[in-house]
Amino acid sequence: MSPMFRPSADLFAELNRMQSLLDQVFPTPGTSIRSMAGAGFPVLNVGTTPGTVEIQALAPGLDPAKLEITVDRGLLVIAGERASDLPNQGERASVYANERFSGRFRRVVSLPEDADPARVDASYRDGVLRISVARRESALPRRIEVN
Amino acid sequence: MNKAVQTSSRSTPAESARPQEQQRYVVPPVDVFENESSITLLADLPGVPRDQLQVRVDGETLILEANAVTGGPQDLELVYGEAQCPAYRRQFTLSRELDTGRIEAQLRDGVLRLTIPKAEAARPRRIEVQAG
Repeated sequence: MSPMFRPSADLFAELNRMQSLLDQVFPTPGTSIRSMAGAGFPVLNVGTTPGTVEIQALAPGLDPAKLEITVDRGLLVIAGERASDLPNQGERASVYANERFSGRFRRVVSLPEDADPARVDASYRDGVLRISVARRESALPRRIEVN
Repeated sequence: MNKAVQTSSRSTPAESARPQEQQRYVVPPVDVFENESSITLLADLPGVPRDQLQVRVDGETLILEANAVTGGPQDLELVYGEAQCPAYRRQFTLSRELDTGRIEAQLRDGVLRLTIPKAEAARPRRIEVQAG
């Protein structure tokens, strides 16, 4: 696990997390305690490259214009709302399955200290939101020549 | 009325593998609803482009199979992963009054919308009462 991400210190959050992961695939242990706030939608993957922190959110069926993405004091917040696609009550229709998430959502990722909030790129394609946060130059590994 | 589309339970282990191929897949969440003329099925398939989606009807079984395209930089090192299985699969049993020849599929922003019309004979008819 990368030391840049805060390890979880709350046992109950860990238990909740385990429960929420029961129907997901391959959980990796050692997550940031704050990234569990949003109870599962959108599903998040977080990775790092030498120059950026990459966040991938599986958020199908959203209007990208209505997504609210903010970076504040080292926390990246993804918030928005997904409308239900089910027919309204008045319509003559029967609902057999209602498994897809609907309603407001909010997920928070704590960024490493070298993340640069001024350089964040976000794109939305095929229902996947990709956010790339640049890391400050000083954090890049540098090779020091010995003369 | 009977359930026209039987959904396989969501509690099926998401990583249940097919015995022969040992391929892992996610069971996508769906909404299914029916009106007088058709059944609509919505499935969340984030990351799936149109050419990676397969919708098949085999007898009375409707099979959805899709692969998500996992883009991103080459030197990415995963720190935290909730979704690491890029394949989706789910199947449904259709009932006979559905017209499988005229299924419409639309994939937009990772949401698949299938419209399965009912055969003409199976649609509800309003019977006029003659005054007499």
